[in-house]
Amino acid sequence: MLTALTAHELGARYRSGEATPTQAVTEYLARIDALDPQVRAFLTVTREEALRRAADADARFRAGSLRGPLDGVPIALKDVLCTRGIRSTCGSRILERFVPPYDATVVARLYEAGAVLLGKLNMDEFAMGSSTEHSAFFPTRNPWDLARVPGGSSGGAAAAVAADMAALTLGTDTGGSIRQPAAFSGVLGMKPTYGRVSRYGLIAFASSLDQIGPFAKDVEDAALMLQVIAGADPMDSTSVDVPVPDYRAGLDEGIQGLKLGVPAEYFIDGMDPEVEEAIRAAIAALEKLGARTEPVSLPHTEYGLAAYYVIAPAEASSNLARYDGVKYGLRAPGARDLIDMYSKTRAAGFGAEVKRRVMLGTYALSAGYYDAYYGQAQKVRTLVRRDFDRAFERVDLIVAPTAPGVAFKMGEKEDPLQMYLNDVLTIPVNLAGLPGVSIPGGFTQNGLPIGLQLIGRAFNEAALLRAAHAYQQVTTWHKRKPPMDTSPVGPTPR
Amino acid sequence: MNNYEIVIGLEVHAQLLTATKMFCGCRTAFGAAPNTQTCPVCQGMPGSLPVINRRAIEFGIMTALAIGCRVNGLSRFARKHYYFPDMPKNYQISQYEEPLAEHGRLAIEASGSIREIGIQRVHLEEDAGKLLHEGALETAQSSSVDFNRAGVPLMEIVSKPDLRSPEEAAAYLKAMRALLVYLRVCDGNMEEGSLRCDANISLRPRGQTEYGTKVEIKNMNSFRNVRDALEYEIRRQTRALEASERISQETRLWDPDRAVTVSMRSKEFAHDYRYFPEPDLPPLDLQPAWVDEMRVRLPELPVARRARFQSAYGLSAYEALILTQGRGLADYFEDAARESGKPKRVANWVLNELLRELPADDDRAVAACPIPPGNLVGLLRLMDDGTISGKIAKDVFEKMYRSGETAQAIVSREGLTQVADEDALGAAVDAVLAEHAKVVDDYKAGKKAALGFLVGQVMKATLGKANPALVNRLLVEKLPKV
Repeated sequence: MLTALTAHELGARYRSGEATPTQAVTEYLARIDALDPQVRAFLTVTREEALRRAADADARFRAGSLRGPLDGVPIALKDVLCTRGIRSTCGSRILERFVPPYDATVVARLYEAGAVLLGKLNMDEFAMGSSTEHSAFFPTRNPWDLARVPGGSSGGAAAAVAADMAALTLGTDTGGSIRQPAAFSGVLGMKPTYGRVSRYGLIAFASSLDQIGPFAKDVEDAALMLQVIAGADPMDSTSVDVPVPDYRAGLDEGIQGLKLGVPAEYFIDGMDPEVEEAIRAAIAALEKLGARTEPVSLPHTEYGLAAYYVIAPAEASSNLARYDGVKYGLRAPGARDLIDMYSKTRAAGFGAEVKRRVMLGTYALSAGYYDAYYGQAQKVRTLVRRDFDRAFERVDLIVAPTAPGVAFKMGEKEDPLQMYLNDVLTIPVNLAGLPGVSIPGGFTQNGLPIGLQLIGRAFNEAALLRAAHAYQQVTTWHKRKPPMDTSPVGPTPR
Repeated sequence: MNNYEIVIGLEVHAQLLTATKMFCGCRTAFGAAPNTQTCPVCQGMPGSLPVINRRAIEFGIMTALAIGCRVNGLSRFARKHYYFPDMPKNYQISQYEEPLAEHGRLAIEASGSIREIGIQRVHLEEDAGKLLHEGALETAQSSSVDFNRAGVPLMEIVSKPDLRSPEEAAAYLKAMRALLVYLRVCDGNMEEGSLRCDANISLRPRGQTEYGTKVEIKNMNSFRNVRDALEYEIRRQTRALEASERISQETRLWDPDRAVTVSMRSKEFAHDYRYFPEPDLPPLDLQPAWVDEMRVRLPELPVARRARFQSAYGLSAYEALILTQGRGLADYFEDAARESGKPKRVANWVLNELLRELPADDDRAVAACPIPPGNLVGLLRLMDDGTISGKIAKDVFEKMYRSGETAQAIVSREGLTQVADEDALGAAVDAVLAEHAKVVDDYKAGKKAALGFLVGQVMKATLGKANPALVNRLLVEKLPKV
């Protein structure tokens, strides 16, 4: 089965002539047909477009004019990324019929590299959530246990890779939305440094925190994907012109002598003991590979969550102001006047969580409250960043759990605050703008994946990938596949 | 005048003459078909991001330097939120706490004296689109939005509350407009809305130091509107104060048809703009070298140029003032003055003849002038070498202006060359002397002024083509013999 292969393995088959992009895309589409009624990772499957692009890739392979290692590789994208001519809903009713007239920079770069788009992936509405239950359309299920959430907000992107419904996917991470679902779904998920990847065409949630990154079956695949999407973009003034190294070339250098910091603050009260045990074991494995570990302190970690839930909603309240029924997307019928059109449209178009955050953010930016909330949160953000700066004076990487627990049951966390607490270990990385990756670091006795998080210095994704790769050379967690039943099934299990 | 002191501050919004918009590459030309100059960025499409227009920053720096502002080394864009259908994102990217430049001044001339008006700040922002209603707003069945103007660069210049009368406010606006046009950063067209102005006005009892409650007036799209609206508002506020009513802090619209200001929104309904730093744009780091470069590129400003025209070319204060009304005209004058080496004469011709044809401050008209500086110099040369008389030269000038031809071409074709043939002229002189015997007698009786009359008659008889100096000499020679 071609769908079980990593992207680099698939590429090798293409080059040796053992398989063609059309064969792979056909297999992937068949697998989506068989499995997605259970998992529900896809919002849109771009069948014809995919077969057309696959045929183009076939022709390139026949002519020997390859575009690189991702040529002909089937991918899928979180529906927060704009795709020209393909609806991009952001998981929201308000954009249910929005068809962008342009491609996000990362999408254009992936097309340029020959990647074949299979479809667009489910997500929490406007990327606000940690379970993909806040999608306006339907929740996505965890391939490891269909009664559980895949994490979020990039739940569709994580589940698609976990269930072999795409070789690679792109998600976005504002407070953990790549790393947490990667942990819950047993795949690799990487949030690059803020500014490493262009945000042009990423439908904004919180502009100063959002970053696009890959989900992959292994480190080598993630390196290939990052290679394509990384680098400055004149269309995004916050993208940074730092040279992009050859990520794959450095993977095998090993981690002998690498200094790993273990932050005490990331092993919090109430965390799942099985998670803690797995992470301690993973740290031991890294030490065995030649890394040296030492404790580090990130004392402002506990304030990160609060600061995040001021800054992100504040920016969101501004970014989402444009959805007013005037230009695109939903316009609710029956309005008496302009103000009525605004309120009816936004009342009908946004879900409860989005409304909650828009209200939070509007409040935080209001005259008289700005300093107490937004201003104060920015100070905390600076302190969190300094924590990391200080730690990275002594260590090269920080190693920690990705989330305090494993995938929870659908409907289990109805209290928004309980949901927010899921991101407590991923948010500080976004506040500091640093790169972080979550890789499979073990399983619970019930067979649920546990995420190991590595955090690096700004623009040093290469070190993260190198350490993760070394770990994957001596572990097999990433090779485990969820027990999916691909035979035709009846109704979706509850 | 009444017992109240008038306190006025102006906010001038100038559309910048950049080829492209503030945050995207769309064209800025006025008058294109609706929504033909738009892209995902200026339409506020999901996922789009702004990129700062370098040229707009340079125009901002140039203006700031010209009015003596301190250019901030680090300035920041901020989002200003309010819902309106012509605002694509429902926030405007503007500047708030850290504007481009601060603390400048502009000299104005009002009631015969020169006064410096303080400038609080200069900042850059994007314009909004335009609403097009089907019919009247109240009854329109549908409204459309044209986003062509959305994202066009605007520069806002805020004065200090230093203006003390509607005349001063109008003089300030005029001076600011002239400067912006001179710098070529704005076309200054108030009808098309490329230059707009809001006023803040309050009254206070003479001698009081605290300001009174201010009222903001919008929708004044001419100098006249500014004066009229402020005068109306002074009357309204004076009446209110004298009746011991409270002035409420509000925004009022000037209605030019009814000549009144109308309340638009009061402070209780004032917007909370919820400003915060624009996270999609890094702070604007204005390197001193860049500012210095702009300083070097700054053209000589009207005041300095006026002084130089007086000292270098020997012009009168009045001549220098008029010749520096527009940068195009000043350049025209200098080009011609340099080429001819006779600045004073060039000045006379520009002031007396050229400005009969076109407005002094209209650069476009000067640039399109059918008589380029070189051709004017050509005309002056034909006079200097005696080919044509001054009177003929004026006719030739008019013909040059209508046809765009050189003076030489017109003079040759129409045979306007001055009659300098003594025999031919002698006959004309004899005829005139014979015809005006009475005048000849007057002359002989000592009335020397009669000579001028006779010269004029000879010129008339020769259709202006006679060389006046020669006519003069011949008359003086022949008169005693009559």
